[in-house]
Amino acid sequence: MPAHDVLIIGAGLAGQRAALAAADAGATVAILSKVHPVRSHSVAAAGGINAAIAQDDDWRSHAYDTVKGSDFIGDQDAIEVMCREAPEEVLHLEHIGVTFHRNETGNLDLRAFGGASMKRTAYVADITGQAILHVLYEQLMKYHQRLDSYEEWFTTSLIQDEDGACVGCVARDIRTGRMEIFRAKNVILASGGAGQCFKPTTNGLICTGDGIAQAYRIGAPLMDMEMIQYHPTTLAENGFLITEGARGEGAHLLNSKGERFMEKYAPNKMELASRDVVSRAEQTEINEGRGVGLDGQGIYLDITVVPKRRVLEALREIVNIGKDFAGVDITAEPIIIQPGQHYIMGGVKTDVDGRTPVDGLYAAGEVACVSVHGGNRLGANSLLDTLIFGRRSGEHAAERARSMPMPKIPDSRLRQDELWIDSIISRDKSGRRISEIKEELGTAMNRNVAVFREEKGLQTALETVQRLQEEAKTSYIDDRGTVFNQDVLGAIELGYMLDCAESIVTAAIERTESRGAQFRTDYPERNDEEWLKHIDLVKSSDGPKVSYSPVTITQWQPEERKY
Amino acid sequence: MAGLADTSVISEDEAPKAQSFTLRIRRFNPESGQAPYWVEHTVELEPHRSVLEALLQAKARFDGSIGVRCSCRAAICGSCGVRINGQPGLACHTHLDKALAGAKDGVIVVEPMGNMPVIKDLIVDMDAVHWKKIKRVTPWLINKEPIPEREYIVEREAMVDVTQTMACIQCGACVSDCLSMEVDPEFIGPAALAKAYRFVGDPRDAQQFERLNDLSHDPAGIYDCTHCFKCIDACPKGVAPMSQIMRLRRRAGSDHHITDPNNGHRHEQAFVTLVKQGGLLHEAELLPRSYGGDSWFGKFAPPAGLELIDSLPVITKAVLRRKVTPKAALLPHKIPKQDLKGIQRIFNQIESKDQRLEFNLYISGTDEDNMETTA
Repeated sequence: MPAHDVLIIGAGLAGQRAALAAADAGATVAILSKVHPVRSHSVAAAGGINAAIAQDDDWRSHAYDTVKGSDFIGDQDAIEVMCREAPEEVLHLEHIGVTFHRNETGNLDLRAFGGASMKRTAYVADITGQAILHVLYEQLMKYHQRLDSYEEWFTTSLIQDEDGACVGCVARDIRTGRMEIFRAKNVILASGGAGQCFKPTTNGLICTGDGIAQAYRIGAPLMDMEMIQYHPTTLAENGFLITEGARGEGAHLLNSKGERFMEKYAPNKMELASRDVVSRAEQTEINEGRGVGLDGQGIYLDITVVPKRRVLEALREIVNIGKDFAGVDITAEPIIIQPGQHYIMGGVKTDVDGRTPVDGLYAAGEVACVSVHGGNRLGANSLLDTLIFGRRSGEHAAERARSMPMPKIPDSRLRQDELWIDSIISRDKSGRRISEIKEELGTAMNRNVAVFREEKGLQTALETVQRLQEEAKTSYIDDRGTVFNQDVLGAIELGYMLDCAESIVTAAIERTESRGAQFRTDYPERNDEEWLKHIDLVKSSDGPKVSYSPVTITQWQPEERKY
Repeated sequence: MAGLADTSVISEDEAPKAQSFTLRIRRFNPESGQAPYWVEHTVELEPHRSVLEALLQAKARFDGSIGVRCSCRAAICGSCGVRINGQPGLACHTHLDKALAGAKDGVIVVEPMGNMPVIKDLIVDMDAVHWKKIKRVTPWLINKEPIPEREYIVEREAMVDVTQTMACIQCGACVSDCLSMEVDPEFIGPAALAKAYRFVGDPRDAQQFERLNDLSHDPAGIYDCTHCFKCIDACPKGVAPMSQIMRLRRRAGSDHHITDPNNGHRHEQAFVTLVKQGGLLHEAELLPRSYGGDSWFGKFAPPAGLELIDSLPVITKAVLRRKVTPKAALLPHKIPKQDLKGIQRIFNQIESKDQRLEFNLYISGTDEDNMETTA
């Protein structure tokens, strides 16, 4: 039974950053992930990372932009921590080898991004997430004697002691099917978001909300779950991400009449307003019959206004995406996009050190909700979130481990999960296929819990999710083997997704106002008097139990949000 | 604005229609005790959908036990490296209509990548080969000291340059079909050497000479590549691993004057000299010049003699099999004077430049960027 001071589940940016920080603090570390670390979905982050690094910038300006972007329900103490520590973190990345773009003087170049009051986004072409993730993995290889990496291990559940503290996890070696208990003084969840609850989504097939559900199942509260980001520019064809960097470099959004319609919705920031604002504007144009493409469900993104040389150098990846996945040369003609599910602002509730209310359990990155993003995340703040709170979690967990003994876990705990998996594998073929349930879930969520929401649609979504939860219990799989049985993992992931979806819909029904990404057509106004608060959800025998927690306000009072 | 059509809305009828595509998938279950076998599945998808989508549909509808790694579906996570009709690449990055055009009998053949052991179905053991080789090249930055308080000040072009190798997604497609690695499994290989260039080309790295010296001296290092271009064809991200290997050689040989015990650098020089002088390669001169010095007198140097004696069995075999004739060995092929002049003009043109011209995708773009047709 492996035993470590700090066990990290998930090896994207948050997980790898936590592992390196905990190892630097002298802890014994294990990092465990269901995919090889460089396959983690952080790899898909394109545009860049925000930091008030320019001489004439100030972290307070970055913090204010973030607060305003969050529609004033981001916790300002956490936002201050993130924005204050951002420049140092970006310089650290530069020092360990990230190949950030330079300007003519050889300093870091910065590009414009949505919702930001000045250029403060450092970037590597449009593969920033990939570049940072691969450089962190270089460091992980450098640290190979100081930390244990378990690649392609799937976590089935978190383990608690009698007092409710988290003391490890049960995981399955995907290559062999062997189950193992991982003991740990502290567990850091860094297993990413839950985009697969929606179809289409920009998220990878691995983003199934595992950590959110695992924490929820042992009693950790979830927060801000109703806040689902629809990215303004996803390929109409199949939901692939077209980076906000395109608009940062100057690209225009046009409706079927060729109008730059953003001047109606955000006359100052135009295409670079907050993502929720731009997505709503696009959806309004589409709904009012000014869309383009198939059934008029799209909008033109015109990148031809950006100089071709700059596109080839700084937006290479979307040149490829246009060519390979839409058959469009983006340097010569506009590409058709639409709002698409991209990010989940909510997650496992944590403090600024990544601690959840469950002793010994931390969370960082998209799985967590600190909350720095509140109602709407600014572009290029997610990479920052993963790194800052990944590092802080790693450091804090390492420190906490110093003063405590290694917990003991009875071997019998393993049996419980082995039996669970055996029962899935041996189900008879009377139920539905996993793939059918997943498809129905994604479609229902995207129809009813999208850019515009209303009571009736949300109730329909909730009924669907609850029915699918029942059907999932008897859904069957084909693979009865042990080596790389992806089928059985898919069945477990489906359960995680349904837990996440139930929380998302429950919170969206609860919040009867419009704020950030939550726009209720039946409650179209923001209502600070009643709703300047977070919705917390705790698992109970009859679904998620709702409570509220206050928003932390330090120096910025809520005001009208205009771009 | 460019290209905005008058009728910008497309109806269902005009949208591409789903068609039938049949996949033949190579399957292997290590637990069955049986040899690999092939299965066929027919799926319904639009022609511009990917082979990965077809595999996922087969998995969803017919058999959930088909093993394939995948996540992003957009050629950025690097999980779904496979061979399609014998060609390595990403399943998500290959359109069904293109795959069908390359299929022999109307069936798209999908099998696991080569040069790596198969774990199950389309899943190969990347750790055993790919990652082992990546770890061979000390794959992390060794910082120039002192580390500055703020960022390192480096040339803009230098960062854009290494971004091309940073764009590698570690999918293994180049490793799959590397011919040198097939012959010499010890070869460090295209992906790992491209990774090495990412540090050698990075002005913040303190050990560029040491890295190049190491990779030149290793018999499985930069001179073990045979220029077959397979990795350039295979790479879905335009990393062009072979080009990076050639750049490592230029930096090692020309910039750092590293002469390697494998004679790789001298061999390359002899090659270039012969082509420059005669317009064509003169094989019989190549070996003595590589070992004895890059001139006509090279053949009289003792190391060349030793190497010739050492190579006698190979030479004899080649003569017996008529790969070379004694006449052709002594008298080089000649090309018309005019053509020779043309070739020498190319040499003069290149050598007259102050700076070495380096091809880089991010700086100079590809031919496709400037042409309508694709290769």
